Amino acid sequence: MNTPANRPAPSGAFEYLTTKKDEFVGWARKFSLFPYPFVTACCAMEFMSVSSTLYDTDRFGAALPRFTPRQSDLLMVVGTVTHKQAPILKKVYEQMCEPKWVIAFGVCASSGGFYQNYAALPGIDKIIPVDLYIPGCPPRPEMVIDGIMKLQDKIAAERHPIINEKF
Amino acid sequence: MSAAVFEQVREHLGPVAQEATVAHGMLALLVEPPRVLDVVRTLRDQFGFDMFLDVTAVDWPEREPRFDVVWHFYSTRHFVRVRVKTRVPLADPTVDTLVSLYGSARYMERECHDMYGIRFRGNDDLRPILLYEGFEGHPLRKDYPKQKEQPLVPYRDVKP
Repeated sequence: MNTPANRPAPSGAFEYLTTKKDEFVGWARKFSLFPYPFVTACCAMEFMSVSSTLYDTDRFGAALPRFTPRQSDLLMVVGTVTHKQAPILKKVYEQMCEPKWVIAFGVCASSGGFYQNYAALPGIDKIIPVDLYIPGCPPRPEMVIDGIMKLQDKIAAERHPIINEKF
Repeated sequence: MSAAVFEQVREHLGPVAQEATVAHGMLALLVEPPRVLDVVRTLRDQFGFDMFLDVTAVDWPEREPRFDVVWHFYSTRHFVRVRVKTRVPLADPTVDTLVSLYGSARYMERECHDMYGIRFRGNDDLRPILLYEGFEGHPLRKDYPKQKEQPLVPYRDVKP
């Protein structure tokens, strides 16, 4: 970020600034996450807690849930996913537009947790790619907030291929 | 009061049942599979056991006949429960359906069929209710491998 040397900036404000295009888009995207809550089990209570006023994920631009995957870019899988539900999760993931990110919220979504049996999927990363795992049964709100911040760092550091030589 | 209705039931159904014991405040009747329907009808019509609570099974892998099928009923008149049990073998795990007496039996029998493979003669809708089409075997039987999975979505090929 700098100001041009040959022209004085009017009254302390920047007229323009320079940055990398990927960084700029990453910065814009990381504060504009639209989560789709795929909520299946008891972790939902913790999800409600972290997304409402006391802990307030809106501070990170990640509070407005969209109830269709087509309008969201952050898939939050909150709770146990069974084998019977796996095709639904897969379909929801495929309906989301790029760019998209996935958070496995809680130990069941991360690895199956203590459900190692005929019914439960042992971690959603068996069927869809996962960007961030938040363990815990359920995770503390602080862990979720830390996870969202880590996801923001990841988004900010990513390449954003929508930016090309034409823009 | 509960003891009174249990005594009446025992007096009436004692000759039909193989066992009739009271344990933990509940009367338990063990009957032959073909007599279940009549016994339950008597309990419902004469003794006021008007609520069907559940039907499940118990797997005794070493025993012959291998399965217990267990029903629970509640009386909203006497405020007591009764348990009806019967034994069926692995070769033919069939009992009569209770759909004609309690409509809710339709769904609970489906679950029992899912989990233990008990067949309910006369229930024409034993499609999977908790499991899914294509699931092989009955997961709550003791010989179902503990960690056997039958995924519907093929697993991703993850490179570490």
